[in-house]
Amino acid sequence: MNIHEYQAKQIFAKYGVPTPKGKIAHSVEEAVKNAEELGGPIWVVKAQIHAGGRGLGGGVKLAKSIDEVRELADEILGMTLVTHQTGPEGKLVQKVYIEDGADIKDELYLSVVLDRAAEMPIIMASTEGGMDIETVAEKTPEKIIKVAIDPSIGFQGFHGRELVFGLGITDKAEQGKMIKFAQKLYTLYMENDAEMIEINPLIKTGSGDFMALDGKMGFDDSALGRHPDIEAMRDISEEDADEREAAQYGLSYIALDGEIGCMVNGAGLAMGTMDTINYMGGTPANFLDVGGSANAETVAKGFEIILKNPQVKAIFVNIFGGIVRCDRIANGILEATKITDVNVPVIVRLDGTNAPEAAEILKNANIDNIIVGTDLGDGAAKAVAAAKGEL
Amino acid sequence: MSILVNKDTKVIVQGFTGKEGTFHAEQCLAYGTNIVGGVTPNKGGQEHLGKPVFNTVKDAVDTTGATVSMIFVPPAFVADAVMEAADAGIELAVIITEGAPVRDMMYAKQYAVKNNMKTIGPNCPGVITAEECKIGIMPGMIFKKGNVGLISKSGTLTYEGANQVCNEGFGITTAVGIGGDPIIGLSYKQLLPMFEADPETEAIVMIGEIGGDLEIQAAKLIKEQITKPVVAFIAGQTAPKGKRMGHAGAIISGSAGTAKEKMDALEAAGVKVVVSPAEIGKAVAEVLGKK
Repeated sequence: MNIHEYQAKQIFAKYGVPTPKGKIAHSVEEAVKNAEELGGPIWVVKAQIHAGGRGLGGGVKLAKSIDEVRELADEILGMTLVTHQTGPEGKLVQKVYIEDGADIKDELYLSVVLDRAAEMPIIMASTEGGMDIETVAEKTPEKIIKVAIDPSIGFQGFHGRELVFGLGITDKAEQGKMIKFAQKLYTLYMENDAEMIEINPLIKTGSGDFMALDGKMGFDDSALGRHPDIEAMRDISEEDADEREAAQYGLSYIALDGEIGCMVNGAGLAMGTMDTINYMGGTPANFLDVGGSANAETVAKGFEIILKNPQVKAIFVNIFGGIVRCDRIANGILEATKITDVNVPVIVRLDGTNAPEAAEILKNANIDNIIVGTDLGDGAAKAVAAAKGEL
Repeated sequence: MSILVNKDTKVIVQGFTGKEGTFHAEQCLAYGTNIVGGVTPNKGGQEHLGKPVFNTVKDAVDTTGATVSMIFVPPAFVADAVMEAADAGIELAVIITEGAPVRDMMYAKQYAVKNNMKTIGPNCPGVITAEECKIGIMPGMIFKKGNVGLISKSGTLTYEGANQVCNEGFGITTAVGIGGDPIIGLSYKQLLPMFEADPETEAIVMIGEIGGDLEIQAAKLIKEQITKPVVAFIAGQTAPKGKRMGHAGAIISGSAGTAKEKMDALEAAGVKVVVSPAEIGKAVAEVLGKK
């Protein structure tokens, strides 16, 4: 789960990680009131959406007067912000963060993520703040400093020294401030089961203080149960409505832009099915993993969600039953045809546990647009042909 | 021969009397797995599925001589269960549970390594030595005995791959579902050399996914150490960037972890890489010579 910048900064503040003062606003009036309370003389008006690249997209602007704050808040609130991370459809801005303008002397980059190879958190830092870190990694990898922290010993002095010397910080007072900054960040990463924290830019002010000018945080979904305070920060409006609806039924759904709806058990096989459709000249309309506890109801729901997409010209149901029993899936398909108007060809491949029973159920139902695929290759080929109207 | 487990392996089940533990332990027993008991706190002294229940893993190990544990406890208790197994001298813990917090696994894995306990998973189908020992949730009937070793991040692709191998007239020595979480136990890096050393295994199928770089490391190792033919499939060629595809680890972040990158590395290491999982069986037949 991801949170907004202003929420990340609330968590930073709780741990003593310095940030500029700021207040969240849902309306122009609130934005003006916040600006007055902050006092100025310079404010930054920042669109709050779950995506990076907001500045380049016109979602972060500087105001030098209260009138300007009003104008900018009016402009940004309600705009559809398009960045390299939102996709071409963009995201609707419903909140703006009004923040004190900062005295920026230097821009750095700092993040904490899991290093999967080392199996421990790693602090990544760079002097190239404000830039897209992936570009830095590609073009000047030597400008990224990586300090892995073994959780059994935690953040030690030497981690801090590797960091500050790597960043070329020579002033002793500044070294101390940076080390404390990173240490607090590591602590809050661990204590909150964060998946990643990214601060870009982390600024040095004219007086030699370090501050998080931006803040991005993501959390381990599996650990949210023990962090009700963070769970409460969930912003449903940032999440895809269909994906959310699917999740309520134990389905993992992601919309894509092709023509063949997919319903599969298991994430790997679901991806493999999409790959096979693509390989055979078709295009997958979605990723859908029905999970291990699929029953008639969830399968019917899956059909409903897939068919909401008007681009879908055929559906490929590909199940290799292990825990999932194929006869239940077959019954679910029949159930779906009763509840929803399944008006496209449905290619069904059921293998594994109770597959013969499932074949019998489908055969006896004798529904015209249900076509049996004998294996993965055969099913995918038929789905591709059906989507092209060639079956 | 096989790797990791065989018909003599003594297995206990942690979370033995729970719904999942009961259902799958029953299936494993039916398959022929030598389950010698289970652990559920406060149920020690009882009998379940005809096997003794113990309060602690230590009691279970002392009494039964078990060396492997199959873990079905709820996600929040996985780390505790893994550490308890390691502490009691278990040699291999197979963690089936899905949804264990990453931070917990970070500590649990470290402790397991320190105590020389191997782990498989979490969030995986388990390990099976065909027609001898099934420790996990896979449908046992599709795994016929043979000469192909299988390693997979994905559960259902394990079944898909094994089924195709068997349909081509070959069979499986051991199949290991390693799971797709960010922190996992045994991976390609440890398992490939085990299959290389196993005299019965003549070819290896390796199934990977987008995200992380385990497959890239595997490619390097294959080039240096593996002489047996390897067939590979990487799921997620059509997955969009930045979207998590079900498994916690299956996400392409930035330019790293793409299917193409992994497929290229494996191909360069001499692996026969297939573009669709529907081609796994045929590719195995090709590298082994048609039966």
